[in-house]
Amino acid sequence: MDAISFGWLVLSFPVAGMLTVSLLWNRLPGRLGGWIASGAILGSFLSSIGMFVDLQDRPEHARSLVDSAWTYAATVDFKVDMSILVDPLAVFMCLVVSGVSFLIHVYSVAYMASDRGYSRYFAYLNYFVFSMLLLVLAGNFVVLIIGWAFVGAASYLLISFWYRRATATYAGIKAFVINVVGDVGLVIAAFLLLDKTGSLDYRGIFQATDNVFRVDDGTLVAACLLILLGAFAKSAQLPLHTWLPDAMEGPTPVSALIHAATMVTAGVYLIARMHPLFEMAPTAADVSAIIGTATLLFAATVAVAVTDLKRIIAYSTISQIGYMVLGVSVAAYGPGLFHLMTHAFFKALLFMGAGSVIGAMSAAQSIDRMGGFRKAMPFTFVTFTVGALALAGFPLTAGFFSKDEILGFAIARGSGYVVLAVVGYLAAFVTAFYAFRMVFRVFFRNAVPEARELEKGHLAHHEPENPASGEKEDTDVGFPGPEHHIAERSWPMKAAMGPLALLAALAGLVQVPGIDEAVDKFLEPTFADSRYADVHPSTGTEWTELGIGGLLGIAGIGLAYLIYLRRRSLRLQIRERFDALHTFLFNKWYFDELYELLFTRPVAALGRFGRNVVETDFVQGTIVGGATGVVRVGSSFARAIQTGYLRGYALMLLVGVGALALYFLISSS
Amino acid sequence: MWFEQVMFFVAAVLALAGALGVVRLRNPFYSVLALVAHLVALATLFLLLRAQFLAAAQVVVYAGAVMVLYVFVVAYIGGQEEPMRGEGGLIGSFGPLFAAALGIELCIAILGTGLDAVDSRGPDVGAGFGSPAQVGALLLQKFLVPFEAASYLLLVAAVGAVVLARRRRGLEESEARSPVGEAG
Amino acid sequence: MDVAWFLVLSAFIFCIGIAGVLTRRNPLVVLLCLELMLNAGNLALIAFARMHGGAAGQVFALIVMVIAACEVVVGLGIIVALYRHRLPIDVDELSELRG
Repeated sequence: MDAISFGWLVLSFPVAGMLTVSLLWNRLPGRLGGWIASGAILGSFLSSIGMFVDLQDRPEHARSLVDSAWTYAATVDFKVDMSILVDPLAVFMCLVVSGVSFLIHVYSVAYMASDRGYSRYFAYLNYFVFSMLLLVLAGNFVVLIIGWAFVGAASYLLISFWYRRATATYAGIKAFVINVVGDVGLVIAAFLLLDKTGSLDYRGIFQATDNVFRVDDGTLVAACLLILLGAFAKSAQLPLHTWLPDAMEGPTPVSALIHAATMVTAGVYLIARMHPLFEMAPTAADVSAIIGTATLLFAATVAVAVTDLKRIIAYSTISQIGYMVLGVSVAAYGPGLFHLMTHAFFKALLFMGAGSVIGAMSAAQSIDRMGGFRKAMPFTFVTFTVGALALAGFPLTAGFFSKDEILGFAIARGSGYVVLAVVGYLAAFVTAFYAFRMVFRVFFRNAVPEARELEKGHLAHHEPENPASGEKEDTDVGFPGPEHHIAERSWPMKAAMGPLALLAALAGLVQVPGIDEAVDKFLEPTFADSRYADVHPSTGTEWTELGIGGLLGIAGIGLAYLIYLRRRSLRLQIRERFDALHTFLFNKWYFDELYELLFTRPVAALGRFGRNVVETDFVQGTIVGGATGVVRVGSSFARAIQTGYLRGYALMLLVGVGALALYFLISSS
Repeated sequence: MWFEQVMFFVAAVLALAGALGVVRLRNPFYSVLALVAHLVALATLFLLLRAQFLAAAQVVVYAGAVMVLYVFVVAYIGGQEEPMRGEGGLIGSFGPLFAAALGIELCIAILGTGLDAVDSRGPDVGAGFGSPAQVGALLLQKFLVPFEAASYLLLVAAVGAVVLARRRRGLEESEARSPVGEAG
Repeated sequence: MDVAWFLVLSAFIFCIGIAGVLTRRNPLVVLLCLELMLNAGNLALIAFARMHGGAAGQVFALIVMVIAACEVVVGLGIIVALYRHRLPIDVDELSELRG
């Protein structure tokens, strides 16, 4: 079997899983639906490995294969196929997506076990994985946009999975609307590229780029900026980031899969895929780098202040994706994508751990109410800490090797990029701080009642309520199920978190500078045409930079230790001194309020205007009423002719005959 | 020749007088009588046009049977005199005008027509023209279908008249009606 | 006499009949005026038969007479029924077939 066939298999397995689970939803006993869905993704993962093996067998220059399923449209000088492109970048993404998805499916089998919407959840999840794989395997803009849109739809379906919860449905709508803004940008960019290069295929466009566009050509920059619009909407970068924290309304495994490991990285994939365009339009690449850096600092500062556990991790995601965007914008494709991979591991792990803790807290999510779970939940504690260490970039973890390599590349590019790298280092310090803020507040300090109960072996259980607004709920379909699951008691959850912890700890070893750079080498065929392929810091410099990053990480952990464990009073003093700053950060820099003012209110007012004036008065009154009025008047005229009056009818007959005779008389004379 | 012309004018005058009488006489009974006179005048005109059988049929059937029927009905219903005033408002005033206009148009058409034969007396026809023999032969040979259709029509009309005029149970009827009206 | 004279006479009678239909209110008289119009048509038919020299026009006129008779029968039947139901014998009053 060659790589292309494996490629089609990769896409077929999730579709089969989705159809099976959704059509047989009420015939599958117990947790079978979940296992079927997980098996489908395992099939995808194994097929991705097959693709990988087959690609490695080929010579380097022949590692880009295209195949099409059918021709969507064919006209005189233009043809669009439903085609997939299998090359190292696509295979890399497929491996990451399908691998992490498989583990999250396994986790969900236990986590969602008592939910009434169990089969619906797994059908949606498989649909999402299919969409994501379609997106990364796309060979042209049409299939890309199809996958892009499907992924947005899957995100909406899963965020508002507990559909009877008002906050969840609002969050789903918010995510979808912001995603649509990005979709529009992507479609217009595709039009612009089609207009200038005459093709929608990646190969066609990239080959034509050098001939058709000058460096920093206006249309190309516009197209790249619109692509960035799409990428930033999907990857939750400034200013289109507001949907991601609200997307935490979805179940925790959904947050792990979509909003940490896979969907939000689609923007990064897109920029990396379009690298020939971005390298021809350095202006757009610089814009992307600046926004990425700004985002990573912004999100890190907010993560220091918010108190909902899942939202801290969400802001951490926004921040880390900022790193990846910075990486692929300064042409550090290998490091950027390597960070994508390691981030997928440790972020999914962090979310899984958070899910376990939330289960122990009987669905409460605020860290103000958590503490001292170290003894009650040892497995969760260890895995969560490993993930936090990787996030902080503690030496020799996966995050250590991936995060700072990006900054090293930025420094090697020189000039303005060094500033971005410095900001990145600053944010790394803050990252380590908030990562261990979480660890210390949740697992250390005094044990809260739920932790003490759990130590005695009894899982706490409160009345079901909305964690954000405190509204009372029930546990029927549309709301979470009655039972809560923790890792210590569910072997599927352990089976998922364990391997991820190992990966978070050890995955860095595939890209040790100077020793083996497996990721770079694997991705080289895709990025061989990059004009920055030779910009590479020396091994020594790289180790220095990694060292600086590691030190900053340790410093951040130390500061967190100081504030949260050693000198508790210090925390409150700082809070008082910087109260205004704290409020600013706690309210997420007031972005939500700003957008409400700028967009939501005017649009809502427009909608009200539309309903009252346009619909009621104009359409109903004037157009519909007018049309019926005209008809009524006309028919009343017609009715007036039918008087029932015999002599009137006779007169009309006479007049008619007379007129006819007159006509014939005249026309014949 | 002159006899013909004199007869024509006499008959024409009588026909027109009868027609005007039908239209203008108040009492419907008098209108019926005027029509009878008109029909007789027309029969004379038919004779002038060598249509002997038709003339006879006109007098016997039309004036003899149909008008008698009319007389019966007028007697039954009672010919009330219509009032002079309130004679149908606008239509009553303008109707005759439109009719006159049509009449003028028809005259223009007839007198200005390109049909030359109209200005002649017609071809010389033999003695048997318009005789019962000729009409009967035509009815039974060339125009058989219209003949049969006309007879069916008569049947339908007879049945229809009986149905229209029969007494229905449950409807209020005056007992003082004479049996004459029941036959319809 | 020229055929044209008969035709002109027929036209006059026809128009007088129309004037009667439009003017009179008693349905009996309206029917009588209809008879006038039919007779005018008969006269025209027979005149044309003489003009052509064929008797087809006369046969036509005969059939028209038959039809006139049938129509009179039915019309008078309606009027008698009207009278029996005590409805006004006035075409202006009988206007229920309106829209």
